[in-house]
Amino acid sequence: MPVSTTHAPREQLLLTRETPVQRRQVRTAWLFLTPMLLCLALVAVWPLLRTFWFSLTDANLADTSEGSFVGLSNYLFHNGSNWSGILVDPQWWNAVRNTLHFTVVSVGLEVVLGLLVALLLNIKFTGRALVRALILIPWAIPTIVSAKIWSWMLNDQFGIINHLMLSVGLIDAPLAWTADADLSMWAVIIVDVWKTVPFVTLLMLAALQMLPSDCYDAARVDGIHPLKVFWRVTLPLLMPALLVAAIFRILDSLRVFDVIYVLTSNSSSTMSMSVYARQHLVEFQDVGYGSAASTLLFLVVAVIAMLYLYLGRRQMEVRS
Amino acid sequence: MSLRLLKKTLLRLGFWCLIGVLLLYAVFPFYYAIVTSLKPSGALFQVSYWVESPDFSNYAAVLHQASFLRAIGNSLVVALCVVTLALFLSVTAAYALGRVKFRGRGTVLMMVLGVSMFPQVAVLSGLFEVIRALGLYNTSWALILSYTIFTLPFTVWVLTTFMGQLPHELEEAAIMDGASPWVTLTRVLLPLLWPALITTGLLAFIAAWNEFLFALTFTLTDTQRTVPVAIALISGGSPHELPWGLLMAASVLVTVPLVILVLIFQRRIVSGLTAGALKG
Amino acid sequence: MIKLKLDNVNKQLGGMQILRDVNLEIAAGEFVVFIGPSGCGKSTLLRLIAGLDSICAGNLLIDGQRVNDLEPRERGVGMVFQSYALYPHMSVYDNISFGLKLAKTEKSTLRERVLKTAQILQLDKLLQRKPKELSGGQRQRVAMGRAMAREPDILLFDEPLSNLDASLRVQMRNEIARLHARLSSTMIYVTHDQVEAMTLADKIVVLNGGHIEQIGSPRELYERPASRFVAGFLGSPKMNFLAARLHTPGETSLVDTPVLGMTSLPFDSSHLAAGTLLSLGVRPEHVSLKAAGGAVGIVVAGVEYLGSETYVHLETGQEEPLICRCEVSAGWQAGDRVELQLDIDNLHLFDNDGTVLERHPQAIETRPNEVSLRSDRAPAL
Repeated sequence: MPVSTTHAPREQLLLTRETPVQRRQVRTAWLFLTPMLLCLALVAVWPLLRTFWFSLTDANLADTSEGSFVGLSNYLFHNGSNWSGILVDPQWWNAVRNTLHFTVVSVGLEVVLGLLVALLLNIKFTGRALVRALILIPWAIPTIVSAKIWSWMLNDQFGIINHLMLSVGLIDAPLAWTADADLSMWAVIIVDVWKTVPFVTLLMLAALQMLPSDCYDAARVDGIHPLKVFWRVTLPLLMPALLVAAIFRILDSLRVFDVIYVLTSNSSSTMSMSVYARQHLVEFQDVGYGSAASTLLFLVVAVIAMLYLYLGRRQMEVRS
Repeated sequence: MSLRLLKKTLLRLGFWCLIGVLLLYAVFPFYYAIVTSLKPSGALFQVSYWVESPDFSNYAAVLHQASFLRAIGNSLVVALCVVTLALFLSVTAAYALGRVKFRGRGTVLMMVLGVSMFPQVAVLSGLFEVIRALGLYNTSWALILSYTIFTLPFTVWVLTTFMGQLPHELEEAAIMDGASPWVTLTRVLLPLLWPALITTGLLAFIAAWNEFLFALTFTLTDTQRTVPVAIALISGGSPHELPWGLLMAASVLVTVPLVILVLIFQRRIVSGLTAGALKG
Repeated sequence: MIKLKLDNVNKQLGGMQILRDVNLEIAAGEFVVFIGPSGCGKSTLLRLIAGLDSICAGNLLIDGQRVNDLEPRERGVGMVFQSYALYPHMSVYDNISFGLKLAKTEKSTLRERVLKTAQILQLDKLLQRKPKELSGGQRQRVAMGRAMAREPDILLFDEPLSNLDASLRVQMRNEIARLHARLSSTMIYVTHDQVEAMTLADKIVVLNGGHIEQIGSPRELYERPASRFVAGFLGSPKMNFLAARLHTPGETSLVDTPVLGMTSLPFDSSHLAAGTLLSLGVRPEHVSLKAAGGAVGIVVAGVEYLGSETYVHLETGQEEPLICRCEVSAGWQAGDRVELQLDIDNLHLFDNDGTVLERHPQAIETRPNEVSLRSDRAPAL
């Protein structure tokens, strides 16, 4: 019975009342959260704010407190005759291009391959558990190690990849995978795809196992072609999980550092935004300029992360 | 042979070929690293697919390098400390986020998720300053502290998911028994959560063990380096002549424990990864 | 002695009124059952008493003391949960003793109490087992033991038997009744099962839509329901309701029903206007049938044979068929034509809101004690 309409004013007062248990629980909740929040504030929030601040100064790594405020001149500065700053630095835009190139190609490949492998491993066969465990190996290997292993395999003179391709007749002369400007990005992508396909596969497998089986039974009874079932049933149902996996990977790829640093070091044909920022920060000791680059990278990631959170919220709302 | 049987056989054959290719793709690089590491330096530049006579000189050389052993020690200390710290901080946080309804819960969760998406390089300069101000530069503590930026959000998120799955009545029963939230957490919920703790701890351990950027930036001397940095910095006489055998031996040494862990805890790892990603 | 008193208790949650002006007194040692359809607020009411949910307005008194702001452990209550909620990692002994340990009970006392509780519940041989090694009934007993161990004055049960299968439920029901007799503590028991309510309760509280419909002993509720809701809720098969219209209000009412025709009934309707819609309730066991001669009378639509009795369904032109509980030996069959006889002492008349009309005392003497229906009227409707 809708009593609420008649007792409206009294209710407002009443809603705030909680039991002692609840009151204590809420107090404890904040108490329990405090150490974690303090820790994150110390290692994430505060440093991030400092980075923003540094990007507006000409601070130097040797003594970060020495820097003085220079406004936005790390980003863009007009000294009367010409422009300077990151936003007109061709190296920066090269890094942006490289990062985007890397992100689009590697995430695209990872999602497609991950989905295919997941579909393959979703079929029941003897030894499936073992295969599933084995494909996790690339994921467990430290990025540095996998980069080293692959750079050995991709070695221009003694690498097994060139050896194989030569003996099969795919190429006539050894390829300089990591040194050749045209190939080095592909080398990076090959390594990254190899390392992260297992992760995407896992997510896809988990999502596949959550699909309602009665849909498939119905489709089988109706005699619908398996390919059609895949396009019409599986893929749409997998879409949310696919999207989540893709965004996770995109966020990871945008901040890529280790693979590129180890495989091709500071070569400009593969330099990513992170590599660029760190080079300025640490090697050139130019904290102001490096922080400006970091800030820009952060903004790009933040926009995409926001998009993800927004989509995630929407998805949750749709589900409930 | 009937057409249908032929088709079925071919399909099955194709399927197992695919599985074979997949396994080859996944496992071969690591296998090749092992093969390379077991070759004497003279045979290194002859491509071969298996080991004819294993030669352990590379391993002997690696294990005789004090700095490499030191790096393994550092990595272990850092990773174990990070796991302990992250689990301790996140268990209480996960109780608050997973079991208590309070205003601001959603905001905290979003913030935690947000931090997990930070590009590490974005906090590099600020964190560098913090670490220097605390006098931690070039110590393991610098890494332990800084690694919480990526381990903590992850452990909080996953443990919150697991914590939220425990039955509500269990906690109410504890309240009726007169348990405080701390007692409820430590004596009722935590004992039920240890599988999740192992999973999350393992994933955090792997992440900390593999980290490179902070380790490269916040440590300076051989005595403080962790394994990934030590491996990245192994160099030969000239930049173009890396001691590949040695490098592969070192790589295998630091990876084998991880691979074994992953093979043993495969199921748990999968549940942890998917809890972190999909249920969000 | 009043053990527990609810004084105008209200509860809202998310803009919804869950409980409205609940007033209730429970005497020490009483066995009280809260019953009602799902969503009626019975579990919430129990949780308010336990201290797991907050009271928005009103007072909760235990032993005359206001306990709204006390924590569960300070209220002297123990609770048995629907899913038992045993601590899976603890042995039976630890499950039972957990609350005592937290209350810093002295070791020897603790042991003594656990053993005593275990003995009452026949758990002595299972003390070292983990919950997963126990059967459903044993788990149920451990849950009760845990609630009892601290010797609370009030034991709360939240649908404790709903997870058990039918035969075990009967057995546990008896055990709870015996436990109550032995412990003589106050027990409050929530269920949606009316058999549990009728067999266990000293006092039943029927809840509907967040308010109390009626409080009374099982017999009072069954024989003198205060509202059409209570009348329909208790009893199986449920009470038959016949639509009726008040023709002439008064201390005894002249009522027109399609099935019975114009009838004078001993109910006081002087506060109502002529023409008011009423409903006439009669339980299936208070309808008796007589064979009607020839082509007149009501047609038997169907017969349900239950072994000890039969339910005869009659087509009366009402929304639902009229059900009559008969002896098997009567041998009614579908298609038979019958005449109805209703026991006037056991008729109930409800007004439009579902409130029962008071029975007029003198009227009972002056009226014939049976109203019978002239069977040829029914088919016309």
